[in-house]
Amino acid sequence: MNHLDSKFGEYGGMYVPELLIPALDQLEQAFIDAQKDPEFQAEFMGLLKDYAGRPTAMTLTRNLVSNPKVKLYLKREDLLHGGAHKTNQVLGQALLTKRMGKTEVIAETGAGQHGVATALACALMGLKARIYMGAKDVERQAPNVFRMRLMGAEVIPVTAGSGTLKDAVNEAMRDWSASYDKAHYLLGTAAGPHPFPTIVREFHRMIGEETRAQILEKEGRLPDAVVACVGGGSNAIGMFADFIDEPSVRLVGVEPAGKGVHTKEHGAALGKGTTGILHGAYSYIMQDEDGQIEESYSVSAGLDYPAVGPQHAYLSDIGRAEYVSVTDEEALIAFQILSRKEGIIPALESSHALAHGLNMADEAEDDTIIVVNLSGRGDKDLAHVHSILGDAFTGGADND
Amino acid sequence: MTNTIDRYSNMFKKLDQDKQGAFVPFVMVGDPDADTSVDIINALIEGGADALELGFPYSDPIADGPTIQNAAIRALSHKIKTTECFEVIKKVREADKEIPIGLLLYSNLVLKRGIEKFYQDAADAGVDSILIADVPLREADRFIAVAEQTGIKQILIAPPNASDETLAEIGKKSQGYTYLLGRAGVTGAETAVSIPASDLINKLAQYKVAPPLLGFGISTPEQVADAIKSGAAGAISGSATVNIIAENLGQPEVMLEKLKTFVSNMKAATSK
Repeated sequence: MNHLDSKFGEYGGMYVPELLIPALDQLEQAFIDAQKDPEFQAEFMGLLKDYAGRPTAMTLTRNLVSNPKVKLYLKREDLLHGGAHKTNQVLGQALLTKRMGKTEVIAETGAGQHGVATALACALMGLKARIYMGAKDVERQAPNVFRMRLMGAEVIPVTAGSGTLKDAVNEAMRDWSASYDKAHYLLGTAAGPHPFPTIVREFHRMIGEETRAQILEKEGRLPDAVVACVGGGSNAIGMFADFIDEPSVRLVGVEPAGKGVHTKEHGAALGKGTTGILHGAYSYIMQDEDGQIEESYSVSAGLDYPAVGPQHAYLSDIGRAEYVSVTDEEALIAFQILSRKEGIIPALESSHALAHGLNMADEAEDDTIIVVNLSGRGDKDLAHVHSILGDAFTGGADND
Repeated sequence: MTNTIDRYSNMFKKLDQDKQGAFVPFVMVGDPDADTSVDIINALIEGGADALELGFPYSDPIADGPTIQNAAIRALSHKIKTTECFEVIKKVREADKEIPIGLLLYSNLVLKRGIEKFYQDAADAGVDSILIADVPLREADRFIAVAEQTGIKQILIAPPNASDETLAEIGKKSQGYTYLLGRAGVTGAETAVSIPASDLINKLAQYKVAPPLLGFGISTPEQVADAIKSGAAGAISGSATVNIIAENLGQPEVMLEKLKTFVSNMKAATSK
């Protein structure tokens, strides 16, 4: 039986083949032991500080909000080594891999950010990484494929099914069911079977803890709202975790509305999905009336996932967190605004959170403090955004 | 309506008298289409199958290798619905009132229809057992409760890495038969079964689990004979059966003949 709660209300659980239960139990035990082990904690904290560059900055935006009495801060996970928050929890799980005496790591990746984070951690710690990536994504995300390979990871294109992130997860789980003796499945988001949603949250919770300390230092009080994008939901749960018991802080998750939630082309699993099981967890998912999983869509590959982490499903149901959605178009505008006005190029994922944060700031009363989690930087998106905006794009210089 | 006939127990009794083990082929319902699927299942029965293990196609089958994934993709390419899958089973049941019919599928298909409705529809179609590939013991209780109400047997999986606690719990809860995994990994004929060590078989007996049928990686009569020699009550063969369908899509008559021959060769290896 489990030592930690495997469910959030009715959400979560361990809906996996019986074969994988011993491996998940072993992982849960290793995690429990590691959390109590000062040596593990010291090594993890040391890596976060000296290798990854924590704490990340908290930046008060200068030119985004018209009301001078409203403050919009950015939590700068884009400055973390690897270019996104993902490095946090990957370092933690890589240490767990070694603790369990395993020598290989399996991972899935969509846009390639989790794959890159996994590759760098495995390079650092001498682990052998194989990373499953949908064949379509391998083509679309060539620079990240090259990054992973440079750092020694094997990238395996997945052609089964639809050849995207959900199929990469399927393939990683299939691999793991034959290799669990020596391989750890380093799942990349706060979804999947227990204990992954809990482990991923705990290994990202410093995002919210640092935010609390930094805002208290700058403002002398907690923020009124924290805002984060939600695909599987790892950066959001990392930001929310330390504020869940602070009812004065609004927790706002932003899902990808793609071409609009009235179309079929979106990834708003919480907003428009229904309850069901995907990849080992009971949560909100995108499915047809028979329970076949539907394809999600978003301009941002990191949010393009037809399910959401089970703790978000729970926080939504009990009304503790609110979830909204932002379209491709709105995210692309926010992407350009932050670049143009603050000199920061955000990831398309984070641009969703920013777009909603900007709307909140516009409508906010005086003396409101909002923190947007800028979960990643936009370098990986440059070619994609360039192709969308076209060669005629000249930036804001001549049309301000 | 609930099932009142215990077809598995009848089958095992008869096989015992005849000094045989069971041979159980698996195919995907709706592969390559609903009508051909009925003919295929009937061919398996004609070939001498002792029981049937039937899959319902699902978009994200994490416990399956490429052969069975592709069977699901072929079935779903015609947008086959769960309701039509039950129609196929009804036709098979009308033609054969005795053969045990088991479903092997994934949890989300059951959940989306509603656990109670799914199990009741299955019972009404003449299904004897349900195995949900992604519901381990730890999540099984609410499915077992509905199974008992509807007279369906909930099949549990005994993996080769199972702890004694797991085997003891399977012993308490298993009905019909126990799906004994012949190896780690996913379904597929590419990686052969490893015949279970006698101490695992002994443990299964010690914990009084329902009769173990060995599956995963069984594709030859020799493997069937070895499985039964090792103490298993029979053998299940999925990917090897489905491969015959995949290789003969353009010639259904040849496909049906080959399936019959395959099943009858596998069945011939079940003598004790």
